[in-house]
Amino acid sequence: MPSIIRMENIVKRFPSVLANDHVNLEVEEGEIHCLLGENGAGKSTLMNILYGLYSHDSGKILIRDREVRFRGPADAIANGIGMVHQDFMLIPVFTVVENLILGAEPVKGFSLDLEKAREEIANLSEKYKLDVEPTAYIENISVGMQQRVEILKLLYRGAEIMIFDEPTSILTPQEVDELYKIMNFLRENGKTIIFITHKLKEVMEISDRVTVLRDGRVIDTIDTSSTNPHELARMMVGREVLFRVEKPSVRIGKRVLKIENLHARNQRGLPALNGVSLDVAEGEVVGIAGIDGNGQTELVEVLSGLRKIDRGKISLYDRDITNFTPKELIDMGIAHIPEDRRLRGLILDFHLYENLILGFQDNKPFRRGVILDLKRVKEWSSELVEDFDIRPRDIDVNAGSLSGGNQQKVVIAREFSRNIKLLVASQPSRGLDVGATEFVHNQIMRVKAEGKAVLLVSLELSEVMNLSDRILVIYEGKIQAEFDPKKTTESEIGLVMAGGHV
Amino acid sequence: MSRNINESVLTAFKVLVAIFLAFLFGYIVLYIMGYDPVVAYGSLIKGAFGSKRGFAETLISTTPLIFGSLGFILAFQCGLFNMGLEGQIAIGGIVAAYLGYTIPGLPPFIHITICIIGAAAGGALWGLGPGFLKARFGIHEVIGTIMMNYIAFDVSSYLVSTHGPMKDRLTDMPASPFIHDSAKIIRIWKGTRLHWGIFLAIFFSFVVWFLLFRTRIGYKLRAVGKNQFAAEAGGINVPRYMILAMVLSGLFGGIAGGVEILGIHYRLFAAFSPGYGWDAIAVSLLGLLSPIGIIGSAFLFGFLRSGSILMQAIAGVSKDMISVITGVIIFFMGMSDPVGNFIKDKLLRKLYGNSV
Repeated sequence: MPSIIRMENIVKRFPSVLANDHVNLEVEEGEIHCLLGENGAGKSTLMNILYGLYSHDSGKILIRDREVRFRGPADAIANGIGMVHQDFMLIPVFTVVENLILGAEPVKGFSLDLEKAREEIANLSEKYKLDVEPTAYIENISVGMQQRVEILKLLYRGAEIMIFDEPTSILTPQEVDELYKIMNFLRENGKTIIFITHKLKEVMEISDRVTVLRDGRVIDTIDTSSTNPHELARMMVGREVLFRVEKPSVRIGKRVLKIENLHARNQRGLPALNGVSLDVAEGEVVGIAGIDGNGQTELVEVLSGLRKIDRGKISLYDRDITNFTPKELIDMGIAHIPEDRRLRGLILDFHLYENLILGFQDNKPFRRGVILDLKRVKEWSSELVEDFDIRPRDIDVNAGSLSGGNQQKVVIAREFSRNIKLLVASQPSRGLDVGATEFVHNQIMRVKAEGKAVLLVSLELSEVMNLSDRILVIYEGKIQAEFDPKKTTESEIGLVMAGGHV
Repeated sequence: MSRNINESVLTAFKVLVAIFLAFLFGYIVLYIMGYDPVVAYGSLIKGAFGSKRGFAETLISTTPLIFGSLGFILAFQCGLFNMGLEGQIAIGGIVAAYLGYTIPGLPPFIHITICIIGAAAGGALWGLGPGFLKARFGIHEVIGTIMMNYIAFDVSSYLVSTHGPMKDRLTDMPASPFIHDSAKIIRIWKGTRLHWGIFLAIFFSFVVWFLLFRTRIGYKLRAVGKNQFAAEAGGINVPRYMILAMVLSGLFGGIAGGVEILGIHYRLFAAFSPGYGWDAIAVSLLGLLSPIGIIGSAFLFGFLRSGSILMQAIAGVSKDMISVITGVIIFFMGMSDPVGNFIKDKLLRKLYGNSV
């Protein structure tokens, strides 16, 4: 196979970090090539250089053996390179067609020739089996469909080389399968795909070859068929990684949380929870599995006091806590890891020490009359930063400047550092790399080992399988089935998640 | 810690550069318009600092600007824009004047205190309305506060109009009666109008700083301002703090108006504030939204206001030129980040670029 892209000795230095250190990458025409690495390994930097968003300090880029120098994405697009970013660049109130022609509008006389564009786009969508409706408005279509619109945009602009930046992070398992189908189909049609990810499973499932990056350097490029997840993990992290979390054996104790016949609505006022009942006991981890949008978000919001319920009853150690406020629930000893830490978990513009007390700003020992005892706050925060290995070890930096993994450590440090009775964790490893995920899982197991109750909500089935003592599957706002993780398989659970029956 | 100090030095530098560039810009504009910029600027400085009276007037203008800015900052730290300061100043003035001429025979200290508390309460009430509408119904506070301005202006005009209830019957002027001597804030510099208000303003700057950055209320108020969703999850009653911020904001608007009446005018007339409530927004931005920083920026604006009178008289340059300069200062402040980043980027590229 001839190589379509060669990047030789690419160096990119940012003020405080060497993001790419003499990186070599060779991509063959018509392959799916994975770029694997932890957050901050330099994958995205390398691809942003290839896409013309960053300029490299030294090194060469060759496309079909011809050296190129891009001054911006426009040059990259002209050379047949396209990129699907993690955040889509689509205008919600425009239709698919209007979004796609933006920047290169076809005109007839003085008016837009939308009909011609629509036909062209419909043909492309059909040819590549993308199933996109050209006249649909972006705001009305699902996230998975929006991603396909982005892919269609690349095709419409004649891209031969397509870069996907962590495309699965926002998709449901079903949408991931469909994305894989589309990627395979694109490959069959001669397109070259570079796939950025930090998930080993994805590398194994979809790629022909994989290049592993760590700390800005290439560790190796290998054929996927000749490797296994363990070897890849070791290359990526630089040490052995345990995939199975060590579950501590804890005696299951008294019932802590009891939810009876819970009904609640979602943001738009439509029924989201339709009679959920469950309970969690001391020392027990109960995992909620399900496809996104089946009521998990609302369930967690109810349990953290952010959403009022219509009907039902929630009790903690037999005390009725239905419709308590967030503050009351915090004081009752319910810890909460929100699904979106940047939105609900942290105040990004606040110092670490201010974030580490959010929720107990009015409690002892930080309360001194009307005054917030900053000396105590800082002492306490310094300890937490040390205990939970938050980097940098500086409580004066803003939370927003931390990496995703360290931001999650701040949330965990805050929530776990007090006497809790129940932990409600929603997608605790979302967006985290292997190392940080391992940390989070070990911390949750520590809470279990201390005899606390844990309710774990996750879209990652493997996470639920690994950590839970019992698995409940939620579908359309109802618990559909209960599984023992030792006696079931992912596919069995997956069937119920999709609305099937056991 | 050293990094934080470096950062604040850098921001202070940025402000100074913005001010310098604005004056440079004004210089060029004056030159193009055919004035002598040296004479104009000279008379501006002379007007503000060249005489006892000029300097006193500088501090007199500084006073309501500090109070107004404290109001703006309190709302802003909670993520809200109080565009109603000018109206809250008007209400504060109305209440202070009314209490000032209706209550006889009190010792000065008590009378003044009552008048200022009344003015503060009036302003707070004017902030409560929009704050409640925002917190309860999500009505944008900019709309709410601006609407409240019109009500305040018209109420104030009506009260001192020919048949208005606060009109002084002994004069033809559309003004209220004079306040009792016991309500007048004591003047501290003979031969000038300078009064105690300036010290009160500086004192309150430190109070507000303490409130925002050292108390639990301030923490919660700022948390709502920076991320109301995380604040809500952290057990903070978001609507309550939004309302509180608007009330405190209006309260300082009210004090600004009250002190202006009790210290300078001694009676109410319509539109007694020459736009202090609007200038306070610019002062706050230039003071980097810090209760301490605004002491400096309010002084700068006070200087420009006071000096511009002599500049108009001597150099023949319209007072409005000052508005141009203040506008340009704010413009350069806004520009400083993108421009600064651009310069940093170029510099770093020179230092690191292609050398590795």
